[in-house]
Amino acid sequence: MTVWGGRLDNPVSAQLRDPATTGYVGLGLGVFAAFLGIPPIEARSIVWSILVGIVAAMLGVWTATRGRLRLGIGAVLMGLAGVGLGVLATRSGTGNLETVFNSSLIAQMFAFSTPLVFGAIAGMFSERSGVVNIGLEGMMLMGAFWGVYGADVGGSWVVGLIVGAASGGLLALLYAYFAIHLRADQIVGGTAVNFLALGITGYFFFQLYHGNYVSQGVSTIPNVHLPVISGMRFLGPAIGDLNLMIWAGFALVIVSYIVVFKTPIGLRIRACGEHPRAADTVGINVYAVRYGAVVLSGLLAALGGVYLSDGFGGGTFNDNMTAGRGFIALAAMIFGNWRPFGAFGAALLFGLSSAVALRLQVYSASASTLFNVLPYVLTLVAVAGVIGRTVPPAADGKPYVRQ
Amino acid sequence: MSGADPQSPPPENGETPTTVAGNIALKHRAGGLIVPVLTALLAFLIGGLVVLATGHNPLLAYRDIFNGAGLNWVFHPTTSVVNTAAYNLSQTLLQTTTLILCGLAVAFAFRCGMFNIGGQGQYFIGLYVANWLGYSFAGMSPLPHILIAVVGATLAGALWAGIAGFLKASTGAHEVISTIMLNWIAIWVGEWLFGDGGPLQNAANKTVPISNDVAAGARLPVFWGEQQLQGLHIGFFVALAALVVFWLILNRTTLGYEVRAVGFNPEAAAYGGISVGKNLFRAMAISGAFAGLAGALDMLGYLYHYGQSDIPVSAVGFLGIAVALLGRNTAVGVLLGSLLFGALLFGTTHGLTSNVIAPDLAGNLTYIIQGLVVLFVGADLLLLSIWNARKKLRPKSKPAAAAAAS
Repeated sequence: MTVWGGRLDNPVSAQLRDPATTGYVGLGLGVFAAFLGIPPIEARSIVWSILVGIVAAMLGVWTATRGRLRLGIGAVLMGLAGVGLGVLATRSGTGNLETVFNSSLIAQMFAFSTPLVFGAIAGMFSERSGVVNIGLEGMMLMGAFWGVYGADVGGSWVVGLIVGAASGGLLALLYAYFAIHLRADQIVGGTAVNFLALGITGYFFFQLYHGNYVSQGVSTIPNVHLPVISGMRFLGPAIGDLNLMIWAGFALVIVSYIVVFKTPIGLRIRACGEHPRAADTVGINVYAVRYGAVVLSGLLAALGGVYLSDGFGGGTFNDNMTAGRGFIALAAMIFGNWRPFGAFGAALLFGLSSAVALRLQVYSASASTLFNVLPYVLTLVAVAGVIGRTVPPAADGKPYVRQ
Repeated sequence: MSGADPQSPPPENGETPTTVAGNIALKHRAGGLIVPVLTALLAFLIGGLVVLATGHNPLLAYRDIFNGAGLNWVFHPTTSVVNTAAYNLSQTLLQTTTLILCGLAVAFAFRCGMFNIGGQGQYFIGLYVANWLGYSFAGMSPLPHILIAVVGATLAGALWAGIAGFLKASTGAHEVISTIMLNWIAIWVGEWLFGDGGPLQNAANKTVPISNDVAAGARLPVFWGEQQLQGLHIGFFVALAALVVFWLILNRTTLGYEVRAVGFNPEAAAYGGISVGKNLFRAMAISGAFAGLAGALDMLGYLYHYGQSDIPVSAVGFLGIAVALLGRNTAVGVLLGSLLFGALLFGTTHGLTSNVIAPDLAGNLTYIIQGLVVLFVGADLLLLSIWNARKKLRPKSKPAAAAAAS
């Protein structure tokens, strides 16, 4: 029994556990999403196509990270195509669809998913080394506050990034000491980290800013303006003017994939997460690797937080600013099966879901809620493990005792 | 709480017990009130250092928080302060009522070896259902109306937590992840229910995202203070009774025996003929019932309505974690823990009149102390197990114990 993936034998779920099932269901849903907009169903609202399409794409990510790569990617593409076709079909006749579904939605999807990307990759490093990190939310929140504070006091967003990342790293170091050296229960410890961060950021927000807004004109993380692309018709609004941290997030996914799966360091991290005793036997310092991974996790999660306050938020902070994004990041990591690209795919789709929710708020509050709640529901279904399979690192969450 | 549990397993080979409940059993034997008291003191000390570092006097700040919580009432039986103090104390006990039940929601699951982070979501579901049932059937006679609302909300809380229990029992999905997800689902359900055009949104005024008021007949009688001023309602006694029920279920029923057996060692329990899955589900459902009841008492006792903006602010379900851990998942411990956090919750915010520390600062101090308590309690389980291991290992290998402690 591992921490997340313990499972009792169950004849029904055994049937469904082959990831191919989710892949084919995803493909089917993708096609269905396209047909929703045309007769005989002819749904007049784009909500349904987008919803079904996102679910299809999520199933695709799920499948792709569990061994059936091609089928999974097929399901993702079919799901996205289903959204596109479904929206095209419903487009005729209803005027306000244009404002909900256009190419700047893609930019918004990236904006929403970047904190999740940073958080999910952060969680992956920690858990790959064998330390469960429920405290992502708190580390992200630390980054959000201290990042904007650093940018304000230091006068530059670079200082903000450094200060923010350092604050998350420090909190992670504290957590690592309790989780690794004192062998505290990692879930209890992570919960404590979240409370602490909430208290610390709230306390100092009031102490330093009297609970008001951070003064205007804080140096914010700049956008990357692509000269040629930004003039183009579709690509321009989509990727022509994205924030620097969004691009950094893309790079992070690629780099972390290479680090974790193609380098000796990654091998060591994974060894500590799968079989710390064996790693210790061959001379790997398990404690050192775990400390490193947890602190790195804190740094990365906090960078996601800095983006939230000083990039996406435009240099503001408010109490509990992360509002559960750390937990969605955790969910994206689990959904992506503890893999960088899987986590990235899940984060993008969760971000898309939030972006759609925001746009729909004007037209229909209930449809908006539906998209907000979607990541949580999908994760709940996913961790239930009734379909497909979640394979966390074998020693995830187990303290290691040196002998 | 005698702690004389029939099936406390002996610590094997000085290793950390495998389940949370096993750890707690260890802690039961390894010292009385000392460790939790020290944990709390240490948290207050560090909190005080933060206060000091930011240029306030921690002793005066804690004194003002103490007074803000109305705990000075006992010293002022006759003076003019008594009215404020009595009011503050009644408000502290109001918070305590909720925290007792939220603490029990966490503690009960812990005794079955599960960590219920979902108390907040279960509490919300209880609030929503109590609001709905309390608003509907207006004009019904009070007693049945209150009963319907309370029972409905309690069952709803049980069902909500039961989802996590069922998933754990049937597929092995970890309850921490599923209860976190259920928390957020509950939050969004609330946003939708009370939001623009939501089913529970105020029928009279469609511009505000606030629920209807609970009918006058469904409101719980107030026995200390006045209803208009949010006096202490009889739900306080319900919470006290819940403590007794918690103790009775765990220690005097077959159900409790089975729950604890599964908590100590699921494999051994299964070998002994106890259905592990069934007990995981039952333990989560009972946990959720406590949290749902907390929601019902709050709604019918003093809130009467709820709004979108109230949802993100509420943290009682999470405070329940600190209460249960500090109280070592026992009835008496939960009572003491919830008194402490109830006093902190009110004493640092609404009750606080101080020129030493502003309520906004002090309110966040509560979260810091809460975080520290949970952090230390999590570690003290381990410190104690190391201490235990050392006792066992002493004759033959001192270096091993030293290495484990380093």
